[in-house]
Amino acid sequence: MTIIAQKPKSLTDIPMHYCPGCGHGIVHRLMGETFDELGIADRVIGIAPVGCAVFADDYFACDTVQGAHGRGPAIATGVKRSKPGAIVFSYQGDGDLASIGMAEIVHAAVRSENITVIFINNAIYGMTGGQMAPTTLVGQVATTAPKGRDPKLQGWPINMCEMLAQITGSKFLARVAVDCPQNVIKAKEAIKKAFENQVNNVGFSMVEVISQCPTNWHASVPQALEFVRTKMMPQYPLGIFKDEGGK
Amino acid sequence: MKTEKALRKGNEALAEGAIRAGVRFFAGYPITPQNEVPEYMSANLADNGGAFVQAESEVAAINMVYGAAATGTRSMTSSSSPGVSLKQEGITYLASADLPCLIVNVMRGGPGLGSISGAQGDYFQATRGGGNGDYHVIVLAPNSVEELGNFPKLAFDLAEKYRMPCMILADGILGQMMESMSFNFEPVDPNKLGKFDWAVDINKQGRGKSKVFSYKGDNLIADVTERAKRYGLIEKTEPRYEERNAEDCDILLVAYGLSSRACLEAVNMASSKGLKVGLFRPITLWPFPSKRLAELAKKTKGILVVEQSLGQLVQDVKLAVGDRVPVGLNAYPAGGQPDGEKILTAANSLLTGKKEGLFDLQEHAANFTYNCQRDTKLGVQGDAKGGK
Amino acid sequence: MYQGIRIAGFGGQGVVSAGILLAQAGVEDKKNASWLPSYGPEMRGGTANCSVVVTDGEVYTPIVSAPDTVIVMNEPSLPKFEPLLKKGGLLILNSSLVNSRPTRKDITVVCVPCNEIAQKVGMDRIANLVALGAFVKTTGAVSLDSVADAMKKVYKRAKPEMLELNKKALQAGFDAVK
Repeated sequence: MTIIAQKPKSLTDIPMHYCPGCGHGIVHRLMGETFDELGIADRVIGIAPVGCAVFADDYFACDTVQGAHGRGPAIATGVKRSKPGAIVFSYQGDGDLASIGMAEIVHAAVRSENITVIFINNAIYGMTGGQMAPTTLVGQVATTAPKGRDPKLQGWPINMCEMLAQITGSKFLARVAVDCPQNVIKAKEAIKKAFENQVNNVGFSMVEVISQCPTNWHASVPQALEFVRTKMMPQYPLGIFKDEGGK
Repeated sequence: MKTEKALRKGNEALAEGAIRAGVRFFAGYPITPQNEVPEYMSANLADNGGAFVQAESEVAAINMVYGAAATGTRSMTSSSSPGVSLKQEGITYLASADLPCLIVNVMRGGPGLGSISGAQGDYFQATRGGGNGDYHVIVLAPNSVEELGNFPKLAFDLAEKYRMPCMILADGILGQMMESMSFNFEPVDPNKLGKFDWAVDINKQGRGKSKVFSYKGDNLIADVTERAKRYGLIEKTEPRYEERNAEDCDILLVAYGLSSRACLEAVNMASSKGLKVGLFRPITLWPFPSKRLAELAKKTKGILVVEQSLGQLVQDVKLAVGDRVPVGLNAYPAGGQPDGEKILTAANSLLTGKKEGLFDLQEHAANFTYNCQRDTKLGVQGDAKGGK
Repeated sequence: MYQGIRIAGFGGQGVVSAGILLAQAGVEDKKNASWLPSYGPEMRGGTANCSVVVTDGEVYTPIVSAPDTVIVMNEPSLPKFEPLLKKGGLLILNSSLVNSRPTRKDITVVCVPCNEIAQKVGMDRIANLVALGAFVKTTGAVSLDSVADAMKKVYKRAKPEMLELNKKALQAGFDAVK
């Protein structure tokens, strides 16, 4: 019998706790496949965040460090500078990366830390139960924006790829989605590129993944995917915002 | 092995001592009066095979240390009081993840931005945890440039032995002053230090997965109580202190850091005035050398705590000695500086039932009235909203 | 012997480096020594001062709040530091730049025209070393040779001819006190 598809070796057998329809699991798999394909599994050290992916350290087979909310890029800096041979990633959500950890992500890019950041943007605080995120859309209802996000009171959503693209030290910035097979394939390509860059010492690379959160969007999975396409993508256009990785 | 005595600035002795102790990762952020530490590190750490990062904030710096410490690398950060407040997030995570590292606080006046004068107002913050949750860090309090330069080695040894952060709590003036000192330990070659089985690393080659984490979920009770056993062991075996005439005195002074040096002046002045004054200097503030102090309390008529803060150290002293002997406080908060004369005045007061030089909060506030109220004669808050 | 010294003047007069030199000289003499600068905002605005302790025994606090000796290099430092002096203390006054005179009667005052002497030696900038020479002569707290030895360590990058000039200034200050 020929095996044509299997779980990546870089992931453990621990069942994931994510909600049905959530994008985290897909992204984990794409990362695991990338580690296997690039032959870097033995060198990867992952930084797990605070948020829904706090247990990501159980799901990746590599060594992991789980730290404080927003500080992933700083922790990754400490790991990478101490173990320059390691392939270090920081896995972060939108509140983590674009709110409490804004300084850390910006300055990791400024220093062009040779790390890979995977940024899951689902426009909501998931684990804490649906509060407004910095990426919450205008008009989108959240538990701390019960009448919908009002720019007069809460400002506008922030586009991290576009913002970080202004920084000389950022070398690869891509925004992808995992709403359909075609986009998942593109997401995989971007993630792979972001890790190849680190292997080649290119510098700071980040992939922003527009992800769905049916639970906190109070939507069915098809409705959530529809929300990604019709509401999220107009605010957060997919594409490569910066690619100075060569090849 | 002892190096030849040389005149060194405190902060530079500390930085050089840390490099000799095998530090290979430093992250920090500028703040007076500890700037010579990152400056020295930026000039010398990379040449010694280490990494220096000027972080975007104190918060980032301590989290960089968290990452570096997770790899088993000897890692440190240094700052001064308000900066150390910012670091508390990372310190409690380091404690929770059982990571060894060195944190240096070259103290200045507080609260808030306070002043840059040397002070000792961070005693509670250092010895009571400072961040959230049940934890301790080992706290070493040097009182000379010599100790400042040699304590990093001790700090890393203790931190790694017990898998926990260790703090050097130094007075701002100690960091700024120059003094003759020598290093009294063999330099550590970090490449020859063994690895830890708990550290994250590359080239796993079949070994199990290493996980450094501070979220314990359902295991938190077991985790915290296991750590408490280590704390108990540390309290039993690691208290350090220095004594002068402590077994034969009418008044025993208790002071740490720079204050203890003014106390030495008092001890020496006292003998020429026919007074018997001794000194007990805690070197570890946590674990506090309570047992020894309790023994000494039986041999003296009174204990005078001399601190450059408003009644912090005195609480540990009172916990240690109970009602065995009267405990007085000679306080110099917010950058005030003790000297031998002032200390002896207070010592004499304690011995003779006078008040001069002794601080008591209730007496301080006696006949004091205070009244702060909103005043509608000044207008009402609604005014500020504008409109018609 | 326990000497607590404050040296005060304008920034650029070398009061801070004279202090380091004195402390280093103490170390050369196998004594204990400390040095403490004024730092932070205090440094801004042009005036500078430092504290030095040289002693056969232990250095207590490095903050010299009641000095045995004060070296005053400029006018504004006189009213600031004269009152701090211990009873019977020594005040070395740079009479080239300070016109006022101390009012206290319980101290010893030694006036030395440091800048004039330094100019005669060849460089106005080393008036601080003239003052130091006068201090050595008056107190004997450290030896002249030790200060000369200390120069090599403190002024690591100084050219040999500069060190020679420094020594001359030191000697001239020493000789100026009768």
